Parts: sequence; C-alpha cells; structure tokens
Amino acid sequence: MNTAKSYFKSKKKNQAIPTNISPAQAAFLRKQRNTRLQIRGIQWLIFIVFLILWEITAHYEIINSFIFCSPSVIAKCFWEMLQGGTLFKHIGITLLETIISFAIVILGSIFIAILLWWNPKLSKIVEPYMVILNSLPKSALAPILIVWLGANYKTIIVCAISVAVFGSILNIYTGFVTVESDKLKLIQTLGGTRLDCLRLVVIPASLENILSVMKVNIGLCLVGVIIGEFLAARAGLGYLIIYGSQVFTCVRK
Amino acid sequence: MQPILELCNVGYTYHTTAGETVALKDISFSVNPGEFISIVGPSGCGKSTLLNIIAGLLPLSQGELLINGMSRDDYKEPVGYMLQKDHLLEWRTIYRNITLGLEIQKKLTEDAKRNIDSMLKTYGLDDFRNSYPRHLSGGMRQRAALIRTLALSPELLLLDEPFSALDYQTRLNVADDIGNIIKQQGISTILVTHDLSEAISMADRVFVLSARPGTLKAEFPIDLSVTPRTPRTSRNAPEFRNYFNAIWKEVDNEHS
Ligand SMILES: Nc1ncnc2c1ncn2[C@@H]1O[C@H](COP(=O)(O)OP(=O)(O)OP(=O)(O)O)[C@@H](O)[C@H]1O
Ligand SMILES: [Mg+2]
Repeated sequence: MNTAKSYFKSKKKNQAIPTNISPAQAAFLRKQRNTRLQIRGIQWLIFIVFLILWEITAHYEIINSFIFCSPSVIAKCFWEMLQGGTLFKHIGITLLETIISFAIVILGSIFIAILLWWNPKLSKIVEPYMVILNSLPKSALAPILIVWLGANYKTIIVCAISVAVFGSILNIYTGFVTVESDKLKLIQTLGGTRLDCLRLVVIPASLENILSVMKVNIGLCLVGVIIGEFLAARAGLGYLIIYGSQVFTCVRK
Repeated sequence: MQPILELCNVGYTYHTTAGETVALKDISFSVNPGEFISIVGPSGCGKSTLLNIIAGLLPLSQGELLINGMSRDDYKEPVGYMLQKDHLLEWRTIYRNITLGLEIQKKLTEDAKRNIDSMLKTYGLDDFRNSYPRHLSGGMRQRAALIRTLALSPELLLLDEPFSALDYQTRLNVADDIGNIIKQQGISTILVTHDLSEAISMADRVFVLSARPGTLKAEFPIDLSVTPRTPRTSRNAPEFRNYFNAIWKEVDNEHS
C-alpha cells in the first residue's frame, strides 16, 4: 500500500539512472525503464494503427464514411472549429462543469462516507436507499431538474453529481469499513479515540481506494455533464453533440 | 507489596443474536510487579477475551479488576498490548510506527525520542528506522511492534500469541530477545500462547485455563535452576521436562 505521495512519486519516470549504484541495481533500473518505454510505445502504436485503419477503410468505402466519418475529415473540421474559436468555448464550459461537479462529488462523498462510518446505525438505515438511488437511471431525472432548477448550468452540475455521487459514497464507505478491524483495535490499545482511528488508520488506508474512485468519477461526471447539456444547455460538448445529431451532420461541413 | 494487577471473580459473556456465549467465569488471580505470567488453554477458552478486558477494550461486566490498586476507569496509564500480528501501518516508516502511541497520547517529548533511539539501537533496528514495514523481516517487524508498545513505558504488558505468525527459528530467537528485553525493563507481563515450551521458558508462573467457559484451572510456579535464566537457557534446565509434562497433562485433559 502506498500513500498518495509515494503513489505520485512512483509515476515520476525516465529519471537519469544514478551512477553511484551497483551494476546489478543499474541493470534492474534500466530494465524497469525499458519496460516503461515499451508500454508507452505499444500504447501509441495501437492508437496510430487504429487511426490508419479507420482512414483507409473509410477512404475505400469498406465502412460507410457518411456514418463513421474518417480521421482526416474530423481533423479538418476540428481545425476549422478551432479557428472559429467556438470549440474552445464549448470544451472550456464542459470542462469547467465537469471539474466543479467532480470536486463536489469527491468532497461530498468523503464527508458522507465518514459520517456513515462514524455512525454504523445511520449507515444501516440509509444503505438500501443508497443502493436504490445509485441504480436509478439518472437521465430520467433530468427533465425534473430542468423544471426545478431551470435550463442552466445548475441543472447540468446537479445532473452530473447525481450520476456519480451515490456510487462514489458506497465505494468509499466500503473501503472504510473493510479496513482491518485489528488495526483499529491497535489504535485503541494505544489509547486512541475514534477520531484517531479515522485519521491515523481509516483514511490513510483508504487513500488508494479513494484515488481509484476518483479515476472512475471524473469519467462519470463528464457523462453526467453531457447528459445535462443534452437537455439544458446553450453551450458545451453535449450541446454540440445534440446540435450535430439533430442536423444529421457527423462532421460540420 | 501491592500487586500490579488483581482480578476477583471476573467473568464475561458475549451476547449475539445467535445466543449468548459464556466465555469466562470466576477468574481470580493477581500479578506482582515485575512478574511474568504465561496463560495456556484450549482454543476458544477466552484467553483473548481476558486480555481484552484487562486492556479495557471490553467492559468489565462481572467481578472486580484493579490495576495498581485502581479500578480500570481510574487507571489512566496505557496498558501495553501486543497482538498476534504486528499491525505496523504500511504507510508509515518504522520510526513513525513506533511513535504512533506517543503521538496519540501527545507524549512525544525529547525524552521519549531519546528512549526510542536507544531502544532502536539495542534491538538492532537503527538502520531501518526510515524503512517501510514491507522491507523488514517478520522478526524485525515484531521487534518494531514491541518497541512501539514499550515506547509508552507501560507498567503492565499483555502479549496475545505475539510470536505465532513467525517461523519456528525466528520465533525462538524473537521470544528470547523479547523475553530478555522485558525482564531487563522489569515490566509485569501476561503472555498468552499455545506453545507450552514457550510458556514455561519465559514465565515465573504458568496458568492453565479450562475449556469454555474459561476458569482458572491450575497454576504452576516455575522455578528453574539455571543462571542466568533466559528463555533460551530455560529450555535446557533439568526441571523443564517435568513442568512440561505436568502442564501438558492439565491442558490435554481439557482437550479430551
Ligand atoms: N465478538 C464475539 N462475539 C461473540 N462471541 C465471541 C466473540 N469473541 C469471542 N467469542 C467467543 O468467546 C469464546 C472465547 O474467545 P477468545 O477469542 O477469548 O478465545 P481464545 O482463548 O483467545 O481462543 P484462541 O486460543 O483460539 O485465540 C470463543 O468461544 C468465541 O466463540
Ligand atoms: Mg485468542
């Protein structure tokens, strides 16, 4: 298990290999670095091969280029929209909404998970509701939100939060309660309170889990924002998608 | 001389939805300062329950318990408690694991730090103070856990099968190390173990608990004619076998 700090540290890559180490250690480090480079290389390769295949099959009409478009046409369209400056505006808005809802989701669900951990009775009471709320199709809520909050950014952010927050609470809370109970007993034997258990064991032991919940949630928030924008936006990527699909252009010509 | 620990008719019953389990009944004994007590008994007879009550992790529901003449609530000093696994926190260095208890108690003074430094040196962990637990061997981890416990300078130390996670060789060595450390610091200790040799080699007295509900069934004062008496030399004492056989008989009765 790593702390967040060492987690990020381990991602620091391609550092020069220090000279004051044994040949075997140097060989080990070199091998590690080669593996890393290999993985990066193959990742890029897959991406490039995919683009090339797409372009070729579209060009020779092996796939329907009207439906699937092609990378070169998309790139051209992208370039034009960039020059018009509109794309940046849309991306920026979607990004901002995603980040805001993501921050609210993470902070909120950590807070609520702590409350539930602190009070086992409360967690028992709300558990079935959490599961129901989590499995609710959130896009069905969107019309209600529009009527309630109006067709604006508030609706979009609430929509994104509703997509991500319940699963996030459940995951973080599950991480909290699966911390080895003997570790909590240890804190007690050292004279610690429940707050000590929380800050010294539960949270540090859950950091990795929280990080992985965050990774999932940034995606879910984006999905939520786009759903919201489908219905309630004058701008943003979701708006662009809806606009594009309604005028039946996969690429704006 | 006032005993460090006195139990009088202590009992404990677990209540669950499946029913109630009487784990302990009418346990009475006392421990003198500096004394080392080993407790043996069949699995599930309530040994861990007993230590949990003494440590204050379980409430005292039946009987009386005095530590240094004070009730459990009045006794404010920490009671050292070492569990079967070392439970070092993987995200803290060895040093920060050792200071954990002092941090919680807000007692991380310069004096305490000096004390830890000298213990790290004495017990061969000084080079590993900034390592993470995963880089240490099982024996070293267990010693680190002991230093963490001793750093709070407890008057009373409870050990619940502290060596059972170790392989046999390491176990003998660590038991010897830890036995000597405890003797040298003069800390009153209660050790729970399944290993009769270990119980005899370390103890001044061995208690045998009966099968559930656990009662105090027999008590063996251990008097071995070896000097210096350490866990290692004890095993070679001429009387060792006799104690072993006598205690074995008591415990074996419980199993059948
Ligand atoms: N939390 C609990 N709830 C209900 N019953 C329990 C609980 N903990 C222990 N018991 C019961 O109490 C009895 C004594 O348990 P305890 O853990 O003290 O035994 P032990 O002597 O330490 O056993 P072992 O040698 O296997 O460690 C056991 O029979 C067990 O089933
Ligand atoms: Mg036990």
